[in-house]
Amino acid sequence: MANTTTEGPLTLRRDAWWVAPLLTVIVLTAFGIYATWRALEGRYYEVGPYLSPFYSPLILVDWWKFSPAILILWAPLGFRVTCYYYRKAYYRSFFWSPPACAVRGLKSRQGKYTGETRFPYILQNVHRYFFYAATVVLAFLWYDAFKAFFFEDGFGVGVGSIVLLVNAALLTMYSVSCHSCRHLVGGKLDIFSSCPTRYRLWRWVSALNEHHMFWAWISLFGVALADLYVRLVATGTIIDVRLI
Amino acid sequence: MSEVVLQVFRGTTREQGELKEYRVPYVEGMVVLDALHYIQANYDGDLAVRWNCKAAKCGSCSAEVNGKPRLTCKTRIDSLPKDEPIRVYPMRAFPLIKDLVTDVSWNYEAKKRIPPFTPDKNTDWIMFQEDIDRLQEFRKCIECFLCQNVCHILRDHGRKDAFFGPRLMIKIAELEMHPKDILDRTEFLRKEAGVGFCNITKCCTEVCPEGIHITDNGIIPLKERVVDRYFDPVMWIFRKISGRK
Repeated sequence: MANTTTEGPLTLRRDAWWVAPLLTVIVLTAFGIYATWRALEGRYYEVGPYLSPFYSPLILVDWWKFSPAILILWAPLGFRVTCYYYRKAYYRSFFWSPPACAVRGLKSRQGKYTGETRFPYILQNVHRYFFYAATVVLAFLWYDAFKAFFFEDGFGVGVGSIVLLVNAALLTMYSVSCHSCRHLVGGKLDIFSSCPTRYRLWRWVSALNEHHMFWAWISLFGVALADLYVRLVATGTIIDVRLI
Repeated sequence: MSEVVLQVFRGTTREQGELKEYRVPYVEGMVVLDALHYIQANYDGDLAVRWNCKAAKCGSCSAEVNGKPRLTCKTRIDSLPKDEPIRVYPMRAFPLIKDLVTDVSWNYEAKKRIPPFTPDKNTDWIMFQEDIDRLQEFRKCIECFLCQNVCHILRDHGRKDAFFGPRLMIKIAELEMHPKDILDRTEFLRKEAGVGFCNITKCCTEVCPEGIHITDNGIIPLKERVVDRYFDPVMWIFRKISGRK
């Protein structure tokens, strides 16, 4: 089409549009490095009634010679990688596609861009299956959080109990606010009035979904901090304080 | 602030056009479109600006103010940095006609290709509020085409041949989710409208002057419907067993 432009400067914006993608790169890279190191470390994941969320459910089998975290982390990792919010975050910050609104990506592939219609990006469409898998893992995290209140001497509340409980709650909010969950509970319906229960569920999930970005970040920090807490207690760096 | 400095794109081609500087008296509460009107009335009567309502409802005065797609009638001067000139450019995704006016006719041509509202011939026309709440958000669209302009698939990659853009996705969502519409546009959505091209970077939502959640409420639900049909084997088996679409 004549007289449109895909050339010229990167952007005509003069505000600090690069701050958000830069922060995203820093935080996601830091999390990626920490999570990879912890997943491969294969120790300091369990102490007392506490189990690190990176290792839950704990699968210890003879035939697996590597860290047990690898057996289960694919589910939450896949859930986050294919998440509609994280897609926005990493498409912008890592792939510059585009880096910010009205800022041109480094490569303007005139007529060649295919988005999520070709391999590997077409695999983003399996997000709901990672949602199902992550929900199973989440059930185990709730079990771990419950278990964290039962010490050798019986019921009690440690800081770790609260950390694991908050972590499970934050991950639940992130999972329930998921766009695929919203679709499955009722979004796919055209006539809500014929399914009032699903309509109510859809409205509830929609309200959470408006803050999906918030839940995505806060639950990411939550799971990293919960793992860090368990590791610090397991290595003896800090002592878990019993509140009750 | 007694006056504002504007640099406005002037020309009939992007290659040969250039920014021209104007000084405009500042009036409290004025918007960029007011300043452009002052320029028309006092300096350059031939400055081409498309506008109509000056109330953010007609969607005519779309442009790029300091590089951001905006309605000039809704952009207050006092919301912009005061220590630098205000730069006004035409929308970049559409062919330039003159100065700030672009040819947005492609949007209307593409819209004609969307299968229209198709009710059952025996429909009772009784609708409940909960069934149309979703659609009413989409109907707030004023067709300013700022979302089309900022969409990098159209703007940077020039894929008007393969992707209809956010505005038309919202139009399709409005029809697809209508309680009285019986037409299935899933195949059209995937193949002709190209919903898979969207990588949901949400710029359309960021620039929408009507505050429509284009991505979350329109495009993503449409993508999920395409997943139901083409990428979910469980749904496929369910449809086969239940006989539902």
